[in-house]
Amino acid sequence: MWLAVPPATSTATDPQRSHAPSRSFSRAFEDIVGGWRERELWTHLGWQDIKQRYRRSVLGPFWITISQGVLALGLGLLYSTLFGLHLPTFLPFIVTGFIIWSFISGCLTEGMETFIANEGLIRHLPAPLTVYALRTTWRQTIMFGHNMLVYLVIVIIFFGAIDHPYELDDGACDAASTAICHPGLGWYTLSAIPAFLLLAVNAGWVTLLLGIISTRFRDFPQLVGSIIQLMFYLTPIVWPIDQLYAGGGRDSVSWALPFIYFNPLYHFVQILRAPLIGQAVSIGSWLVVLGITVVGWAATLLAMRNYRSRVSYWV
Amino acid sequence: MVSIDVWNASVDFPIFDAKSRSLKKKVLGKVGGKIGTENKAPIIEALRDITLSIKEGDRLGLVGHNGAGKSTLLRLLAGIYEPTRGDSRIVGRVAPVFDLGVGMDPEISGIENIMIRGLFLGMTRREMQKRVDDIAEFTELGDYLQMPLRTYSTGMRVRLALGVVTSIDPEILLLDEGIGAVDAAFLNKARDRLVDLVKRSGLLVFASHQDDLLFELCDSAIWMDEGQMKMRGSLREVITAYKGRDPFQHMDEETLTRLGLSPAMSNGEA
Repeated sequence: MWLAVPPATSTATDPQRSHAPSRSFSRAFEDIVGGWRERELWTHLGWQDIKQRYRRSVLGPFWITISQGVLALGLGLLYSTLFGLHLPTFLPFIVTGFIIWSFISGCLTEGMETFIANEGLIRHLPAPLTVYALRTTWRQTIMFGHNMLVYLVIVIIFFGAIDHPYELDDGACDAASTAICHPGLGWYTLSAIPAFLLLAVNAGWVTLLLGIISTRFRDFPQLVGSIIQLMFYLTPIVWPIDQLYAGGGRDSVSWALPFIYFNPLYHFVQILRAPLIGQAVSIGSWLVVLGITVVGWAATLLAMRNYRSRVSYWV
Repeated sequence: MVSIDVWNASVDFPIFDAKSRSLKKKVLGKVGGKIGTENKAPIIEALRDITLSIKEGDRLGLVGHNGAGKSTLLRLLAGIYEPTRGDSRIVGRVAPVFDLGVGMDPEISGIENIMIRGLFLGMTRREMQKRVDDIAEFTELGDYLQMPLRTYSTGMRVRLALGVVTSIDPEILLLDEGIGAVDAAFLNKARDRLVDLVKRSGLLVFASHQDDLLFELCDSAIWMDEGQMKMRGSLREVITAYKGRDPFQHMDEETLTRLGLSPAMSNGEA
């Protein structure tokens, strides 16, 4: 047995008993639906966490916005100089990438700690586990919202640079260049909304599944934490894919492309970032993310069926 | 219909030390063959073979030594632990008052803790806002409710927790022994409210070492010993068996009068 779980025995035939046994899909569903219904609870708790973190500071949660802005601006200036990129087009790219990455990595790292962090509540108050997962997801969503203010400011400032077809390296599309020509902002920018919703849906299963695993195996958060660190550099966030192409066309970098396309996080970043900064997103990225959503939730339901009732024993 | 049913339920805690909780053993342990049966985490049998049915209107006391399983049984009845073997069914809205420091955030104010507790117990924010004044009055904490919880004494925390549960009309009230930490005056007030609450609705399970509190709130009792139910019966029978003497003999007159038993009568019985 992979995880030490005593077999669930439910052989007694009591006529009074009409409910499903502990280890069943219906109980797992009940937990998820019940947790979702307690919206007032987890939205309140999520806000509470944010307020708590910035308690007694004058600017409060706007520190999230400010630190994100400072980081993105600093690195944007540094890398645009290093790579020789056009700042008005590169800054929106790096800012948006950072914001989305903070959401994704926040959901992963804090999602793993979901049940461990709520140990006291889990052991003292009966509530669906999903409440804690949604608390974490909601907290990350609020932070994402604060970070988006940075995006808005940057887009307003540099609107003129990305509202028409552009290249990252010198700002204008020209036929001679091998760099990617981006279409610029347009109506399809609105596809960022479903893209974010899809990311949030994925955050739901990630917090539940990784939360369960981490509660049982305490090394897991450390392991994943170090992988996330690495993924930050492997995923095109500070460096644009354009940079690979600019050197001399697609052929010279064909060896590197699988590393990018087999990295699921690239597609998660891409479906949300591309519309926000007027880049084209391939349907393939959407399909990868949709596929992961389905597989992820299926795995999570299975984990919830088998180990949901064990979490309160493990915390 | 409010009820709790438990069939042959056992609660086993796996005790992971830092090593068996890591992936390392699972992954690296494949090499080099088995070393005894060390792979499995040791298990503590906190509850064994509990079969229990509690109906609406029941007021059940739990007695037993420390570590006999009273608190674990309360958590089983709350639905926090689902039995590792056997089964349980809880019908009704549960309001537990367990270990008091935990489950409350020490950094946020009393008011905010009231709100979060209420939301956890199934209330909406609006319903809780209506009750805050009532709770403030009942707990006599007044302006202190604006202070962070870490500035509260144990008794003040008990007041807060009792204020919340008694204000929301729960159907199933589960109390752990911690509530003895409040002063006598407040206990009188809380007792009236609790008795009233239990009369109005639902059922109560109360774990305590204080005979007078048990007699005040409960009529039947369970004696827990080493994770098993040693005895179930009327409160007086169970306590007599547990302590080896009739509880009424050692109560002062005032308590007996309050319980509605004249001292003469109880002496006569004993």
